[in-house]
Amino acid sequence: MDIGWFLAVSALIFTIGAAGVLTRRSPLVVLLCLELMLNAANLALIAFARMHGNHDGQIFAVIVMVVAACEVTVGLGVIVAMHRRRLPIDVDEMQELQG
Amino acid sequence: MGEVLFFVAGIGAVAGAIGVVAVRNPFYSVLALVSHLLCLAALFLLLRAEFVAAAQVVVYAGAVMVLYVFVVAYIGGQDEPLGPRAGQSLKLVSAVFGGLLFIELCVATLGSGLKLIDTGGAVVQPSFGSPAEIGALLLTKFLLPFEIASFLLLIAAVGAVVLARRRGGLTAAEEQAQFSAMDVLRPSYTGTMAEAVGGPHALPKPAASGIDAAPEPAAATAERAEQGPPPTASPPEEER
Repeated sequence: MDIGWFLAVSALIFTIGAAGVLTRRSPLVVLLCLELMLNAANLALIAFARMHGNHDGQIFAVIVMVVAACEVTVGLGVIVAMHRRRLPIDVDEMQELQG
Repeated sequence: MGEVLFFVAGIGAVAGAIGVVAVRNPFYSVLALVSHLLCLAALFLLLRAEFVAAAQVVVYAGAVMVLYVFVVAYIGGQDEPLGPRAGQSLKLVSAVFGGLLFIELCVATLGSGLKLIDTGGAVVQPSFGSPAEIGALLLTKFLLPFEIASFLLLIAAVGAVVLARRRGGLTAAEEQAQFSAMDVLRPSYTGTMAEAVGGPHALPKPAASGIDAAPEPAAATAERAEQGPPPTASPPEEER
């Protein structure tokens, strides 16, 4: 398959993720949509790595996965803390970060 | 064969992404993301990224998604109404924004004029993307990013524990509700969390004539050191 097809799929997934971040209200689903965007970036990185016949893009994708895992742990910790304090699980309601 | 696999996996990935955004229940969103990740791993395999595909399935679809499922189950995956509360206008704006973003990304990647973009990619060795190659690169050329990533994971783990920990111990009702056989069998002051924290239901101090006189002051000082100056310092921490 041509590399361009993979890039098109990557752009489509990134767009869907961005639209989800804008429209959804639950912070859990917003985190899931962020995962979508990161994965789309990973797909583009690996497609370019294949295009150049070079491993650097794949290493970059692995590091992106590590950063995504960190983001998930901290984000889910914030959501659990919100739930503990009986705050509404809704990004529209959360307007201040003061603990 | 490659084309068929690409279209099956690509359509699966896009469908999974749409499912994440469009499904009402967060639990089903997580499941849609799992199917999306599996399809994406197939795309990675088509691009000869074997190690990344394996890591994607094991780490992402395995570990991270289990974390998501746990949190959704903890929060209670209540159905939320789709779409913003502001009405249709924000949905329309986001759709327009998404379309523009898609066009821009296509222009930025497909229109970049790279010569190899309309081919299957460069000619590579059969071992391209294998765990051996990636591992050798991670420990030689990319050693510093590798170490920084490990520190980042450590910091994130500590941060998650700090964020999600329970402040101030168990409440009285929760402590009353928990009763196990060990409460009867175990002698006092043999190291439970209730004794260490000294919450609302801390055990009474053992009488000096009870077991030994020696353990009592040691336990008391350890308890005091654990708490710090309890009555004055704890309320500000609670407010913060």
